[in-house]
Amino acid sequence: MPRIVVDVMPKPEILDPQGKAIAGALPRLGLTGFAGVRQGKRFELEVAGEVTPELLEQARSAASTLLSNPVIEDVTRVEVIQEDAE
Amino acid sequence: MSKKFNIDTVANAEATPGQALPWAELGLKQNEYDRVVEILGRRPTGAELAMYSVMWSEHCSYKSSKVHLRQFGDKVTDAMKEHLLVGIGENAGVVDIGDGWAVTFKVESHNHPSFVEPYQGAATGVGGIVRDIISMGARPVAVMDPLRFGAIDHPDTARLVHGIVAGIGGYGNSLGLPNIGGEVVFDSSYQGNPLVNALAVGVLRHEDIRLANASGVGNRVVLFGARTGGDGIGGASVLASESFDDAKPSKRPAVQVGDPFAEKVLIECCLELFKASVVEGIQDLGAAGISCATSELASNGDGGMHVELTKVLLRDPTLTPGEILMSESQERMMAVVTPANAAAFEAIMDKWNVEYSWLGEVTDTGRLVIEWDGETIVDVDPRTVAHDGPVYERPYHRPAWLDGVQADSFQGSSPDLRAAVLELMSSPNMCSKDWVTNQFDRYVQGNTALAMPDDAGVIRVDEATGLGVALSTDANGRYSYLNPYEGARLALAEAYRNVATSGAKPLAVTDCLNFGSPEDPEVMWQFAESVRGLADACQELGVPVTGGNVSLYNQTGGVAIHPTPVVGVLGVFDDVARRTPSGWREDGQAIYLLGTTRDELDGSEWANLRGHLGGTPPVVDLAAEKTLAAVLVNSSRDGMIDAAHDLSEGGLAAALSEAALRFGVGARIGIDELCERDGIDPFTALFSESQGRAIVSVPRSEEVRFNDMCTARNYPTLRIGVVDTENSALDVQGHFTLPLDELKEAHEGTLPRHFA
Repeated sequence: MPRIVVDVMPKPEILDPQGKAIAGALPRLGLTGFAGVRQGKRFELEVAGEVTPELLEQARSAASTLLSNPVIEDVTRVEVIQEDAE
Repeated sequence: MSKKFNIDTVANAEATPGQALPWAELGLKQNEYDRVVEILGRRPTGAELAMYSVMWSEHCSYKSSKVHLRQFGDKVTDAMKEHLLVGIGENAGVVDIGDGWAVTFKVESHNHPSFVEPYQGAATGVGGIVRDIISMGARPVAVMDPLRFGAIDHPDTARLVHGIVAGIGGYGNSLGLPNIGGEVVFDSSYQGNPLVNALAVGVLRHEDIRLANASGVGNRVVLFGARTGGDGIGGASVLASESFDDAKPSKRPAVQVGDPFAEKVLIECCLELFKASVVEGIQDLGAAGISCATSELASNGDGGMHVELTKVLLRDPTLTPGEILMSESQERMMAVVTPANAAAFEAIMDKWNVEYSWLGEVTDTGRLVIEWDGETIVDVDPRTVAHDGPVYERPYHRPAWLDGVQADSFQGSSPDLRAAVLELMSSPNMCSKDWVTNQFDRYVQGNTALAMPDDAGVIRVDEATGLGVALSTDANGRYSYLNPYEGARLALAEAYRNVATSGAKPLAVTDCLNFGSPEDPEVMWQFAESVRGLADACQELGVPVTGGNVSLYNQTGGVAIHPTPVVGVLGVFDDVARRTPSGWREDGQAIYLLGTTRDELDGSEWANLRGHLGGTPPVVDLAAEKTLAAVLVNSSRDGMIDAAHDLSEGGLAAALSEAALRFGVGARIGIDELCERDGIDPFTALFSESQGRAIVSVPRSEEVRFNDMCTARNYPTLRIGVVDTENSALDVQGHFTLPLDELKEAHEGTLPRHFA
């Protein structure tokens, strides 16, 4: 069953308190090689049949209206992934 | 490390007088830009232009409201100043509550940001007002949120309600501050302009008061807390000072995102700084960011400051100097520290793991000089930025339509009183707000003595003596629409009455004045009348305004919101154990109605339910309010009453219903004697919104003493019923019986039905 993956990231200029907290925790674990962390989120939309262009368009629309908050977030990826590829 | 921009230095500005600058895009008017050029004697640099444009915006400079707001100072008598330790003009007013304790409190608006991004807008509204409280030297102890939304069934309302309520809860709960009250109002006039006002209250010892000034030549200036990013650039000037219809998308600034855990650390860190006495002056960074903090600190102190802007720690290294000056990144503070205390300051920062950077020092040159890599990019008299902004005497006139509206008095009644009470108590404005307030911590910290849905929020200040404060915020936009002068007085009267109903003596006032565009003469008239009304009423009641905020341009497509002067009143208790709750508890106690009921249904909730808004609002008699408050406070102190609830929106019907539902205890009520005494019909008795009224429950043993006191004070009192724990119903004898289960279901079902 194919899936459409949507990645959402906070806009670069927006404060990301979660990423900041992770960046603060890394050195405490001795992982000192990272200059910064930004945390986003990933959605997987399952599709019962074929992924038609119309369906992909619907996914894009969902990504920009429901899955992300366009005021503070960017949709960075909308992509089809086949089951066997995972 | 600093990146080289094409920096517009002062020398460059002098050399290129003809260079065009984007002053109009930054919100300045032609005459204002000309004034900047006149002050400087040359064109401003890009960075100077950024500073002037944000600091001279409506939001920061109060340029349209200043001439009216003066009345709050002019109408204050010496007697009113008795308890005032710090008055208007500082970050927040400070009030003496006795025993060496003081409280500071203030209400502010975060309306525009909350419409654009409800969650973060509301959250950073809480964060901003809390930092105002910290910067006075106080520990924040509670917050309140008066909220106004559009029609409950409008498709956009749910988006705003969910985001704003979650944002307030998310930030306030994370900070560990109880949210002890506020308001939730639905009215289509707020459809495109929801009102998100935030109040915070803090506690301090008299000797801990801190002010925002930079004194002592050679003292060092430090910025600490969160790093500076692109948040809310131009937010104050552009967003809060323009109507939405002419805000192009490109003008929308980057939304400010709050981090309550960073703020919590900042609170503790600041309190330790105060305790160790290592800061001379302190200022929070809110609207207009570093522009505001440097110019205000400098002009309130010795008059000069020298700052190297490349020292500011950045989250986004691509920011230009102008953007750094305008950024509204949250959770930042600026302080002035003597060189001798610098090491102690750094030790406290390191202990709390708070980032800081030394930006410069205080000078006596009378100039605020800001450098970028050693090159001067700002050289101004800080007073011209912070205090000598434009002042407008905006034209105003009484709207011609008002006579017609005032003549259109409400005519209407309902023969079925039982159904009418159910309809009222399930209506959007009168229904239970539990769905909202349950998302807020109300009792965290263990000092909350009363919170929503009681009349006022009550917080214990001193654990040993029980000394505490009560707070209530109120406004009625419909009353103010019908008569802005009386509407403002009514808002104060209600907040004052609410505080007294809880048993506290009212002491001081804060206000958040939410209006449409000041460039509309009719809106400006509403504003002028409201300020005049509030200032007069404060004088009559003897409670001074200690500070507050003005929010203008709350209008969309040429239609302004109802004028909404939100008034917060603070009162003091000797012992919060004496607080009076709003609900009945003890069987057989007598229920008394204080005050007179007149036929005053214009602007009422009942008229609102019938879609009517006309006539004149209820008459406000402040002398009567004063007497009523004295009766309520004395009865509470002397243990004469066990419950008290004020009568306001929804009248007696709402007060009886709420007093019954508070603890699920019913009553038998008779209204026929009331109707006869006041010459009104039963419908008017239940739904009129006459002022100066409250219901109290009096133990049998105290009835004689209570009656004697009311008689001595010549206040109208009528025994209208008894508390009845047997029958779980509100029984208005001869008219209807309402089982509490049925009333509760109607009252509590409305918000979950729309939003859950």
